[in-house]
Amino acid sequence: MQRSSLSGQRLVLIFMLGSFLFNYPLLSLFDRARTLFDAPLVFVYLFAVWAALIALMAWVVERPERPERGGN
Amino acid sequence: MLQSPVVISVSFCYLALLFAVAYWGDKRADQGRSVIANPTIYALSMAVYCTTWTYYGSVGRAAVSGVGFLPIYLGPTLVMALGGFLILKMIRTAKANRITSIADFIASRYGKSQLLGGLVTIIAVIGIVPYIALQLKAVSGSYDLIVGYPALIAPKEGGQPVFADTTFYIALILAAFTILFGTRHLDATERHEGMVAAIALESVVKLAAFGAVGLFVTYGLYGGIGDIFQRAMAEPQLAKLTAVAAENRNYATWFSLTFLAGLAILFLPRQFQVTVVENVSEAHLKRAIWLFPLYLLLINLFVLPIALGGLMQFAGQGIDADTFVLTLPMSAQQEVLALFVFVGGLSAATGMVIVETIALSTMVCNDLVMPLLLRTKALALQRERDLSGLLLAIRRGAIVVILLLGYLYFRLAGDAYALVGIGLISFSAVAQFAPAMIGGMYWRGGTRDGALAGLLAGFAVWTYTLLLPSFAKSGWLPASFLAEGPFGFEMLKPQHLFGLTGLDEISHCLFWSFGANITTYIVVSLLRSPTAAEASQATQFVDALKTTRPVGSALWRGSADPAELIALVGRFLGPQRAEDAFATYARRRGVADVKRLEADADLVHHAESLLTGAIGSASARAMVASVAKEEPLSLPEVMNILDEASQLRTYSRELERKSRELEAATSELKAANDRLLEVDRLKDDFMASVSHELRTPLTSIRAFSEILRDDPRTALPERERFLGIIVSETERLTRLVNQILDMAKIESGNVEWRVEDVDLKAVVEQSAAATSQLFHDKGVTLTLDLPPAVAAVRADRDRLMQVVINLLSNAVKFAPAQAGRVVVSLAQVPDGLSVTVADNGPGIRREDQEVIFERFRQGGDSLTGKPTGTGLGLPISRKIVEYFGGRLWVESEPGVGAAFIFVLPLENSRNGTPQ
Repeated sequence: MQRSSLSGQRLVLIFMLGSFLFNYPLLSLFDRARTLFDAPLVFVYLFAVWAALIALMAWVVERPERPERGGN
Repeated sequence: MLQSPVVISVSFCYLALLFAVAYWGDKRADQGRSVIANPTIYALSMAVYCTTWTYYGSVGRAAVSGVGFLPIYLGPTLVMALGGFLILKMIRTAKANRITSIADFIASRYGKSQLLGGLVTIIAVIGIVPYIALQLKAVSGSYDLIVGYPALIAPKEGGQPVFADTTFYIALILAAFTILFGTRHLDATERHEGMVAAIALESVVKLAAFGAVGLFVTYGLYGGIGDIFQRAMAEPQLAKLTAVAAENRNYATWFSLTFLAGLAILFLPRQFQVTVVENVSEAHLKRAIWLFPLYLLLINLFVLPIALGGLMQFAGQGIDADTFVLTLPMSAQQEVLALFVFVGGLSAATGMVIVETIALSTMVCNDLVMPLLLRTKALALQRERDLSGLLLAIRRGAIVVILLLGYLYFRLAGDAYALVGIGLISFSAVAQFAPAMIGGMYWRGGTRDGALAGLLAGFAVWTYTLLLPSFAKSGWLPASFLAEGPFGFEMLKPQHLFGLTGLDEISHCLFWSFGANITTYIVVSLLRSPTAAEASQATQFVDALKTTRPVGSALWRGSADPAELIALVGRFLGPQRAEDAFATYARRRGVADVKRLEADADLVHHAESLLTGAIGSASARAMVASVAKEEPLSLPEVMNILDEASQLRTYSRELERKSRELEAATSELKAANDRLLEVDRLKDDFMASVSHELRTPLTSIRAFSEILRDDPRTALPERERFLGIIVSETERLTRLVNQILDMAKIESGNVEWRVEDVDLKAVVEQSAAATSQLFHDKGVTLTLDLPPAVAAVRADRDRLMQVVINLLSNAVKFAPAQAGRVVVSLAQVPDGLSVTVADNGPGIRREDQEVIFERFRQGGDSLTGKPTGTGLGLPISRKIVEYFGGRLWVESEPGVGAAFIFVLPLENSRNGTPQ
């Protein structure tokens, strides 16, 4: 009976995705002495993933929702 | 321009501006035109998370650990994704129960326990006071630094008396400001609209200031982010800073910090204040979910570049990395920028101090001082008339005391270790609330004893593994305490408890304290079943997001005198406001006079929730109990009420489902009825058309017959002509009747279709032969464009012939005499075989192209002068083609000609006939 439970579930998915991308072992793959766009790879990776997560969250919550049944 | 009078007056102007904003915000709130009822302002107010520890400290941290400062902001980002569930539940619970602080939240959940509220308050104060000290240190440090311009290292201060210490005055000024912001009047919901507006402004200022210095360092001192990184990576000492798993840091630390910061964003008193208590509308949470993380990302973008830039700029000069944000613009003689940065730092500090102190003072007043005062009979509080003034005084006193405690800690600790790591130590302290909070929101079985034991255990382990070691590192405890353990017990070394090694101090503390906290919470909770009070509160919290849940008043039984209740509330809120509140309540209940209110459970509950806003749930419960004769409910009774409520819930859900089904059935019936009406209308139309069509030939037959009968002198050729007309009109009548019968048969499904393999080529040829006389008579050329052989379709040969003949006779009818040309082509197309009958007649107007397939509707009437057919040929043809799964349509360019095309499927024809 959760309101807008679909976007709620999508947000939980984003949480899990973020936890996965921001931690060992995936993080270690990018923790290398390499550069991308002149910046260290891990720096670019962290900020890119971060920005992507924020964009996803914004997309999920700001989309106009289909009208749902009343109640809260 | 960086002399102290300038800096001080700029600072005061800024604080005055903040206060003006807050004043305006409060004014607007009183007028009911809230300025903070805006999702962006809500998100910005959450950025009070970024204190001077972020503003100055992130760069300092980055200078030691590279990207290691990021988890503090990644954790909150991730937790905001859960905000839709977790924070929403907190907000709704807090609003429903008028909860105004985190201590009240926990106390209320576990049966409105005063003991629990007090314990949470104590933990929060101990955990947060050092954090406030950190803000004082940052403000005074940055002040000393900026007035010392052009020197880049502040003179060492030491041992000056308290009254000559700028930090002391900063603490006092902040206390005065906090009192002005937070406790000008007493609010039953403990909301501070003006303060939130000011905090949102501060968030903008600190982001702008930090962004400005970031851009200046990156693009002013260096040639962009890439340039800084390239130069830094050329130096091996700095290159290490760009990796996560370098040296003494590892992924476990990274994870611990993410986890800890994620909890801090929920349970730091100031975050609870702005996120939950000050929330105007649940809908605002939506934008905060992404806007607040975006703020965190922006304020961190330049941290590493500034840190690396500073390290390269000041290599070997012994300048503290914590000050790079300020010293970099100063060293480049950017005085205005430096002043702006200082104001930004002031924003970060004042924002944190104001909100945190207000939140703590509410907790101290409601959950610590009031319960004690109310118990002390000697103070004769029970008889005091108006206590609202006392409440305000307690809060103001608490604010001053908390800030002075912060100052005291700052004086004692000085530059010692205890200040540097304090941010994370504070985070770890408030993280101890997590099991009791989250467990309380999702698990009905948690009890007061479990929460108490868990909190105590976690707090004890935190003190032992993190707080005491920080004292030891500051020299307040012997160093041997750390190195050899207390009294030489190696196993009890505080940072290697039971010999655990390989974890940094934060992860180490987190592991042991959470282990102790969660285990004790669950084990002790499971020792006994919840009491009636615990069970009823558990339901309120756990089911906060359910559509229907038992209201608190359902769980109270007893009697009370309304006048006494109103007097009681009046003592804490002020008599006038209490009367207003009850008058509103009476109007809502439909009672004209407050005095006529029934003293039922609902009224008592209302009084209690009013009091809860002012003095906390536990004290409110105690106060109401003092005037109302409550008959305590036993656990089985509570359980019965809750069961009933959940049964009600089931019933109402069932009812909802039934009414939905009923609605669906109704709309189906309505649609069926509409269809029937439509069919009825069509039938009427059809009858009207048929009568009309029959009457036209009948009229002419009758007219000519009457002429012949009445006028015997009509010449023979005339007679023959009239008889000819009569015969042809009769034929037309016969054709019409046949076609009507045909149509009716097809529509009613009574046609006997003879389905066989039909060679469409032969059908076209035979039809052409059958109509050749028509073409010949009118001088129209008929061309057949047929492939040598085509696959057979499954259809009724005679019916198909009827279709083709109908199309051909139509074509010849509309083709111009002598110059007319009609082309029939047969071709294989993707969805079957297509037959096209094209003429070069006048064509059909676009708007008529669909109309001609309706019964008795003919196109081109105006062109030909009079109807030349029955108006049923095309509709019948279309029915026939559609019966065999095909399509019939027309393509036409007015003035050029028309092409009637039908397609019959090849594959479908194998599956037998439809129907």
